[in-house]
Amino acid sequence: MAIEQSIPAPRSRWVSLKGAGRPRFIILLCIAWLLLVLAVAIGADYLAPFAYTEQSLLNRLKPPAFMGGNPKYLLGTDGLGRDVLSRLIYATRMSVLIAIVGSMIGATVGTLLGFLAAHFRGLVEDIVMVFVDFQASMPFFIIALAVLAFFGNNFELFLVVVGLYGWEVYARLTRSLVLQANGQGYAFAIRTLGVHPIRIYARHILPNILSVLIVQVTLNFPELILVETSLSFLGLGIQPPQTSLGLMLGEGRNYLATAWWTGIPAGIVIFLTTLSISLVGDWLRDRLDPTLKVTEA
Amino acid sequence: MMRLQFILGKLLRGLLTLLLAVTFVFVVLRVSGDPVSMMLPDDTPPAIVAEYRVSLGLDKSLPEQYVRFIWSALHGDLGYSFRNDRPALTVVLERVPMTLLLGLSGFAITVVIGLLTGIAAALKRGTSIDHAAMAFSIFGHSMPNFFLAILMILLFSMTWRVLPSSGGATWWHLILPAVTLGIINAGTVARFTRSSMLEVLHQPYMRTARAKGLRLTRRVMSHAIPNAAIPVVTVLGLRLGGLIAGAVVIETVFAWPGIGLMLVNAVSQRDLPVVQTIVLLVALTMVVTNFVVDLTYGWLDPRIENRQSKEG
Repeated sequence: MAIEQSIPAPRSRWVSLKGAGRPRFIILLCIAWLLLVLAVAIGADYLAPFAYTEQSLLNRLKPPAFMGGNPKYLLGTDGLGRDVLSRLIYATRMSVLIAIVGSMIGATVGTLLGFLAAHFRGLVEDIVMVFVDFQASMPFFIIALAVLAFFGNNFELFLVVVGLYGWEVYARLTRSLVLQANGQGYAFAIRTLGVHPIRIYARHILPNILSVLIVQVTLNFPELILVETSLSFLGLGIQPPQTSLGLMLGEGRNYLATAWWTGIPAGIVIFLTTLSISLVGDWLRDRLDPTLKVTEA
Repeated sequence: MMRLQFILGKLLRGLLTLLLAVTFVFVVLRVSGDPVSMMLPDDTPPAIVAEYRVSLGLDKSLPEQYVRFIWSALHGDLGYSFRNDRPALTVVLERVPMTLLLGLSGFAITVVIGLLTGIAAALKRGTSIDHAAMAFSIFGHSMPNFFLAILMILLFSMTWRVLPSSGGATWWHLILPAVTLGIINAGTVARFTRSSMLEVLHQPYMRTARAKGLRLTRRVMSHAIPNAAIPVVTVLGLRLGGLIAGAVVIETVFAWPGIGLMLVNAVSQRDLPVVQTIVLLVALTMVVTNFVVDLTYGWLDPRIENRQSKEG
């Protein structure tokens, strides 16, 4: 690899400039899109022209304004005469909310278990790792469906189930990182000073492994959105009258032939959002963890 | 010796996963409510309720119930479907061929597109072919499978009217769901194939092969691909194990009469015996495919076996 890198400088500089310049614009676009989505989620109450449940049965399935529809309904109306744009805004809020809260649940649970495994070793570690292996080998989607089937669906349960997505990756990652850190000089030095283990983990080791965990969050986040929207799309997640991007697309499926605009915008928002997070995540990974770059090339 | 230890370790791990899956179903089933009250109407006389409890073994202690549950699961006795009063296992197994047909067709498309794209991208690294391949990979990774499915229906069934959008009656019905499934997974496979190929192409033996004067096709076919295959086999194997799980959404959108569609219906109707049968079936396929992948892996690259059996 060293030989490859000693290729004449001008050419490699040109290549690297091209490589650095091109994606950066896309990354900016992605960040802009994500900020927009976040702003819409936060300001839904102010941005939505109508309440998302407001029906107008005289204005059912009206086409979007750009297709010759009433300019009052920018993206048209759905089968119950509800404004698609308003619903899209509230659906975005719901999906973003679940993804953010869910990410925190999974990351917290997983990281905590990882710390416990690495601290106690022995039996605790074995038990945690058995569950990690189990979760890793069972498709999460099936487990989630089974839990929703057995317990029935309600919002809190759904949030927790979706949130647990990916906990095993955090647990495994944290465990190995903490084990590594424990063996390093700084952890040993603090320990000999008699600092309490919790303080060592929270103040010294956690900040050191945080960047890797953040990268994992960016990898996990788009998948979490897909889990939530898939379940809602199947009618097994968020229940009406609440709405999420997946549910909206699922409802719009029934009007594909006559009124595609009731569902497709939700699909586009999901796609652009997961795409943006993936691209920004990749970029973030390169910035936060330069060691990964070498192994990837 | 090493090999036996490796196989036994993997086998033990697989059995443990299965046991956990059965336990998971048992615990969730017991925690989520009294099965008898779910099966009988509210005004059933207490005597009949008690009789049902005895006949289902619910009067026994929990550990005893647990052992009996595992015992009957081992015998394929997983209860009767609430919906049509037939053994849940029979009901589910009837759907297996359709899911396998869809899953394997999609898998074949994934393999062909994924491998070709990945290999082409690695060989033409940095060119527009590589960029296009990676864009495709990111597309497949970010695109929700249900959205792609809907777009496919919108284009091929509604706008151009060339392919049927729902059901599983003819071979024509297979095309849209299989292609959707194939494209979604191909992105990940392409990415793995590319990075695995790139790693191999840098190896000294590739330079040696070139120095020997071997042709490009020969170098790629018999030197690069076999060595690059190892991580790709794992990814593909895991995809194969996840066929049933992966088909849930696609089957539902295209109304393909397989296990995935059945699971979604069973969940919304709370047909618990069917749900638990499918969960256990999925667990079994995952464990078996993981085991086979591990064996293939060890066979493809003996170094892994040695390392793993030393570690644990």
